[in-house]
Amino acid sequence: MTGLYKSTYKNPLINWFDSRLPILSMMDKEYGSFPTPKNFNYFWNFGALATVNLAIMIITGVFLAMNYDPNADNAFASVQHIMRDVNYGWLLRYAHSNGASMFFIVVYIHMFRGLYYGSYKAPRELLWQLGVVILLLMMATAFMGYVLPWGQMSFWGAKVITNLFSAIPIVGNAVVTWLWGGFSVGAPTLNRFFSLHHLLPFVLTGVVFLHIVALHITGSNNPLGIEVKGPADTLPFHPYYTSKDSVGICVYLIVFAILVFFAPNSLGHADNYIPANPLSTPADIVPEWYFLPFYAILRSVPNKLLGVIMMFGSIAVLFAIPWLDTSKVRSARFRPLYRPFVALALPASLFLLGDVGAHSPSGIWIPLGRIGTAYYFFHFLVLMPFLGWIEKPLPLPESISSPVIKPSAVYQAETV
Amino acid sequence: MRAARLAIMAALFGALLQVPAAHADVASQHWSFNGPFGTYDRASLQRGFQVYKEVCSVCHSMKYLYYRNLEGNDGGIGLSEAQVKAVAASVTVDGGLNDDGSKEITRDGLPSDHFVSPFANDVAARSANNGALPPDQSSLVNARDGGPDYIYAVLTGYTTPPKGFVLGDGMNYNAAFSGNQIAMPQPLTDGQVTYTDGTKATLDQEARDVTTFLTWASNPEMEQRKRMGVHVVLFLVLLTGVVYIVKRKVWADVH
Repeated sequence: MTGLYKSTYKNPLINWFDSRLPILSMMDKEYGSFPTPKNFNYFWNFGALATVNLAIMIITGVFLAMNYDPNADNAFASVQHIMRDVNYGWLLRYAHSNGASMFFIVVYIHMFRGLYYGSYKAPRELLWQLGVVILLLMMATAFMGYVLPWGQMSFWGAKVITNLFSAIPIVGNAVVTWLWGGFSVGAPTLNRFFSLHHLLPFVLTGVVFLHIVALHITGSNNPLGIEVKGPADTLPFHPYYTSKDSVGICVYLIVFAILVFFAPNSLGHADNYIPANPLSTPADIVPEWYFLPFYAILRSVPNKLLGVIMMFGSIAVLFAIPWLDTSKVRSARFRPLYRPFVALALPASLFLLGDVGAHSPSGIWIPLGRIGTAYYFFHFLVLMPFLGWIEKPLPLPESISSPVIKPSAVYQAETV
Repeated sequence: MRAARLAIMAALFGALLQVPAAHADVASQHWSFNGPFGTYDRASLQRGFQVYKEVCSVCHSMKYLYYRNLEGNDGGIGLSEAQVKAVAASVTVDGGLNDDGSKEITRDGLPSDHFVSPFANDVAARSANNGALPPDQSSLVNARDGGPDYIYAVLTGYTTPPKGFVLGDGMNYNAAFSGNQIAMPQPLTDGQVTYTDGTKATLDQEARDVTTFLTWASNPEMEQRKRMGVHVVLFLVLLTGVVYIVKRKVWADVH
């Protein structure tokens, strides 16, 4: 199928261009007239926010890389140089370091949205799984980025996390040596982490592109969780959702700005302003806040290999939930039994695990960590399949635009 | 329901900020640089610099700062160009080899020089300090949980050890320091310095002034950052209002 694309732009120059390379028509189809369910709430902002956040990270990151020196002897000093001597270097670095936190906040809310409204269910299984791949890439990128300032927490965090691979039977220690590029975390480790930290965001951008392609094939889910029945259920993406996303982006930028300008170090660790010292272990080696729940799962298991398996399993289980959830109804609004578990118990267990991860594993924190871990896996592996079988969902509306059930019934379902 | 959701989101975000804010137990002090509109007290910065120069810098380096950083009120501690030149000229820096390469020379410092460190390297520093390494002070305030409050607590935390407390050889008792044993002897006492501006040099005054100076050294961009932040947030709040009105107008015909 060759031949020029039938563009309909009035401007002959634009028409000439677009009929040969129809990216303008494509943009218009996917972001202009793209039919979008008309009942999105503000939870549907977070995909756009994540895209904006990724762009901010890449732009600030590219400029930081121009001034950063990935040499183990100079890395710490070069970050000080960026903060003190580079014009607006402090702004670049604080935007980048707090941008990582913002990215995880946005993506965690985006995932919660998907879980609550059943956005992972058929036909959106692959769309969800691509999202989990994005999360994994984000985690790897954030971890390696945190190593680059070469402070104490950078160094010891890298040591602890890479050492996890030594739990692999037989080849574990060889794998760790291979990852380090030596017999301890050192200069080669820093160099390769810098290289990968620069590469992975672009891989991530590619997967984000696939994520959006898959989204535009299946169309978006919506708060009712029912499929779009016809044109009456949808609105063109522009101007309706461009204007609604813009509101979200502004609010997001306010939160981001407050962090960057008034509390730029509040989410970091003081220890990372001390240069890396292989001979002095910090009192507590704590990962960044966005890894704390997973760190808590790791430490809640007394066996190292099993702990590592559980930690990676906590992400791996997300790949399987399109099939673990046996309910035919997507939105938790219409699932009275499941709703409190996904809306309250699951977030509560993750906050509990986050708190546990920030404390050294002793006393009350050990049983609390085990309770949180047990619930996390129980939720996905037992509750999801089981509740889908026994639950009697509330009646679903006929369509997005003409709900047959009375509005009051919907309201009651909302306030359960 | 919507309000409840917003409240939950706000609570979650608040909780996120709370987790790492769990500092060591030090009393919080009133500082001129606290809060979103906080600025450094220039007189206190200059007195603090005097304390740093006469006391701290005998053992502690501050190697990421330049003498030129001290100049002016916009990001500096308020010294004039001539004063900065005089401060820099009072130190001797390594000048490399002489022209025919036969001899190592030294020269007077320039504003473009980094702060001169008191010891040639860490080994020399440990050797002169009973085996302990005085940490570099460039980012010391950022590198300690509790920041300025903690630094102030340590400087004013020297007391006689409680009965039965066994101090290590050459160690000193400090109420704020982790483990209560600190290698640094009490650096500040009443009258440790004689302030050039006539301020009475009590221990409390010296500790406050030098903490202010150290906070500036760690965050010289703070005033510019907060000033810009106020503008940015105000602009974004206005923009949010405008964008929200546009959104309402666009959505007015949707039911």
